[in-house]
Amino acid sequence: MNLLALIVLMLAGGGIAWISERFNPKAPRWVALLVLLAAGLWVIGLWVSGDGPIYAETKFPWIARFGISVYLSLDGLSLMLVVLTLFLGLVAIASSWTEIRERTGFFQFNLIWTLAGVVGVFTALDLFLFFLFWEVMLIPMYFLIAIWGHENRGYAAMKFFLFTQVSGLLMLLAIVALVYQNYASSGVLTFDYQALLGAEIDPDIAFWIMLGFFVAFVVKLPGVPFHTWLPDAHTQAPTAGSVILAGIMLKTGAYGLIRFVVPLFPEAALDFRWPAMTLGAVSVVYGGYMAFSQSDFKRLVAYSSVSHMGFVLLGIFAWNQLALQGSVVQMLAHGFSSAALFMLAGALQERLHTREMSDMGGLWVRAPRMGVIALFFVVASLGMPGLGTFVGEFLVLLGAFQVNVTVTVVAAIGIVIAAVYSLSLMQRSFQGPPNADVAAMADFGVREMTMMLLMAIALVWLGIFPQGVLDMAAPTLAGFGVGIP
Amino acid sequence: MTRQDFLVLAPYLAIAGGVVLMLLLVSFWRSVRVMVTMTVLVMLVTLGLVVANIDNPPHLVSGFLLIDGYAALFNIMFVIAAIVTALLAYGYMRGRSGEPEEFYLLLVVATLGAMTMAAAHHFAAVLLGLEILSISLYVLIGYSEEGHPPLEAALKYLVLSGVASTTMLFGMALIYNATGTLVFSELGQSEFSLPRDELYYVAGHGLLFAGIAFKLSLVPFHMWTPDVYQGAPAPVTGYLATVSKGAVFAFVLRYALITDVLEIPVVSTVLLMFAVLSMLGGNLLALMQNNVKRLLAYSSIAHIGYLLIGLLAVAVLADGLIAVEASLIYLAGYFLMTLAAFGVVSVLSSASEEVDAEHIDAFVGLFWRKPLCAVIMTTALLSLTGIPLTVGFVAKFYMLATGAEGGMWLLLWTLVIGSAIAVYYYMRVIFTMVRPGGDAGYAHSSPRVEGMAVLVVIGISLIGFGVYPSPLIDFVRSLIGITGG
Repeated sequence: MNLLALIVLMLAGGGIAWISERFNPKAPRWVALLVLLAAGLWVIGLWVSGDGPIYAETKFPWIARFGISVYLSLDGLSLMLVVLTLFLGLVAIASSWTEIRERTGFFQFNLIWTLAGVVGVFTALDLFLFFLFWEVMLIPMYFLIAIWGHENRGYAAMKFFLFTQVSGLLMLLAIVALVYQNYASSGVLTFDYQALLGAEIDPDIAFWIMLGFFVAFVVKLPGVPFHTWLPDAHTQAPTAGSVILAGIMLKTGAYGLIRFVVPLFPEAALDFRWPAMTLGAVSVVYGGYMAFSQSDFKRLVAYSSVSHMGFVLLGIFAWNQLALQGSVVQMLAHGFSSAALFMLAGALQERLHTREMSDMGGLWVRAPRMGVIALFFVVASLGMPGLGTFVGEFLVLLGAFQVNVTVTVVAAIGIVIAAVYSLSLMQRSFQGPPNADVAAMADFGVREMTMMLLMAIALVWLGIFPQGVLDMAAPTLAGFGVGIP
Repeated sequence: MTRQDFLVLAPYLAIAGGVVLMLLLVSFWRSVRVMVTMTVLVMLVTLGLVVANIDNPPHLVSGFLLIDGYAALFNIMFVIAAIVTALLAYGYMRGRSGEPEEFYLLLVVATLGAMTMAAAHHFAAVLLGLEILSISLYVLIGYSEEGHPPLEAALKYLVLSGVASTTMLFGMALIYNATGTLVFSELGQSEFSLPRDELYYVAGHGLLFAGIAFKLSLVPFHMWTPDVYQGAPAPVTGYLATVSKGAVFAFVLRYALITDVLEIPVVSTVLLMFAVLSMLGGNLLALMQNNVKRLLAYSSIAHIGYLLIGLLAVAVLADGLIAVEASLIYLAGYFLMTLAAFGVVSVLSSASEEVDAEHIDAFVGLFWRKPLCAVIMTTALLSLTGIPLTVGFVAKFYMLATGAEGGMWLLLWTLVIGSAIAVYYYMRVIFTMVRPGGDAGYAHSSPRVEGMAVLVVIGISLIGFGVYPSPLIDFVRSLIGITGG
């Protein structure tokens, strides 16, 4: 089956969702649900019918002048991330089911187009195509924030777009430079990932090209000091936007580091290992520190993302299998836990019209189901053994410890801070004396509970049986760290 | 003149004959509708003759005009731009006072001038074409009789453009003094290019390029641009930004290709400086604009700056034709997106307002009031930003690739920085269009069907050539491939 058809299906589905608003303002969300279910079934079909390491592949020439082809490939790592994308897409639709009342058609259109762009990013193996999807996912996300966001949406949307677009331009320059370096040495003009893997590049130039990719991906990850767009974008975005941003979009940065930076520039990336690991550890601690000092529920969760994704950066540049596997598990686990927390924050805001934790308090009494769910994901976020986040962070720290004790110790402090801010989040919003101003509040319904339980199951599964994930990712990660102490 | 001369000159004869015919017609039968129809007919006949002559080998007509694929390509662009302008002007001029019949006559004359420049192979032909074009534009800019902005703009353009023309003329005289010829191919021959260190030769080129920089509105010769663009009627602004710049660029590029003018250190250094300043200056000055016409004026300055990378690459690359290919693709994309952006301003402008729909407030909520206009404007702006899947990205990609091939890193960095700045002001307009409200603001005219039809076609080609640029690339390559150059 054709991977391009999958993406085209999503793009077309988005268009249909937009048009369907003319008939009924409630139609788009059903169309979007059907499109994502169809896409999800399609991918699961590929998963079941294919046997790795490549589950599906599409390749044909596109712009022959530059040796650009439409080259999409689904290997174990891509497959897991695509499944995560489509699943969290469903969560996003569910979380916006009642929240979005205006311009529903355009909303679902943007939602699905973002997801289609992300699926493209996770499958493209032609650098030109990869960059194309990288940009395609931005604009609908910009609209999601700018149109349906909260009070300061214009600023947040612009900041998000500027950061990612500017870093994207650096990546484009790096891609073109890489391709022409390869052209100069081999005489072949191509954007094919496989062909560029063995490119001979002058080490000095390779370092700068690597840096172009690195900055683009670390902005998306996000790592300190390129993280400042994130708290604003996540806080101001509508719930579905936050779910997609935190759950999926941040993973594109990590995916880019694993798929492109390290394999394409092994030597240059190895040279850059200490700064990168330090950035990772600093992100972990700084993100945690900032999260603790927030009074805004969503902002706290947003900063906690910086902290959690710092582990991923640390794990990738620790340069051994253990840490790298930890990074992959962490990517998936953070996808679920942050999406759930943002969905929870959105549900609270929809009910209470505030994100300030000082206006909450004692919510457990009013909405016990929400309380239980919140406790579960807060505990997952602080790294409780038996849940996915623990496995990810533990493996990363174990791997990094073999490489650099100091950085690892600093990063490990992040786990302590995580416990502090996570429990304080729980305490300030759900426990303590009930806030007298909060009137009766509806608890989670069937729709919300279903989504939350599915994400909870996924986290438990990741925590207890991570080997399945590791096996699937193994072929992709196999080439890493070979011959390096 | 031989029979072959007449055959290859057929498009020029057709358009000149059309001018005479229209001149007679307008004296006897004053009808705007007839004049518009005649304009489109004359243009279509010209276009047909250009296309019919495409396969002919390059033919030099009395050393004056070189009719080849290169000229044909420019002529196709000019004629299409003229048709677009005529159809947009039809809706725009309705309800405005003045004698709109002659407007179309002048438009055809101006296009004849531009076509002459595209084929010019002799300085006299350059001057002839330039003056035919400019003198028509003086009147076109000042067209509508009411309000003083058009008059101010026309007067400014008249004085400054006149000075620039005389500067160029004096430059040509000095070059003639140094070499004794005005024919490009003779200037390119070695015995004539020997005296390149001679004072007259260098000074002549200095003056020539100062005039060119004015006509292309390169920083620091750009001062007139925003005022004239703002004052001129919106359809004329679109024409001014595309055809008049394209014509001058056609001459410069051919001149650089045939002679080795770019090897004069002063000229190449100054052009490099112009390019860097235009990319940075144009984008920086656009940042704070609240007037969309002025914003687009500054953005066009920046875009011509990007285009200069292609011109400078002629001397850097081993095969100068690759640089020509990149420049032409860029220019084609620039034509489409600029015409689309000014076209939307034209169809929104109401005859009852003294100024066009040019203030950014006129665009508030356009997405919800006039979705089609807003979608086309968004496409044009995204294309100008250089977002993938639009022709603007293909164009920018071409410049990056050409610059990377030639190792022109200073220019590429400037391009990246300039594009990064540009993201802000283009997105600001898009954000304004999605902002709700604004019904109380500007009274839009209801767009007429032929104007919208033209815009829809441009909008589709913006996306179409962005998704699948190969036909455009192949067409351009086949046409310039047969250029002797």
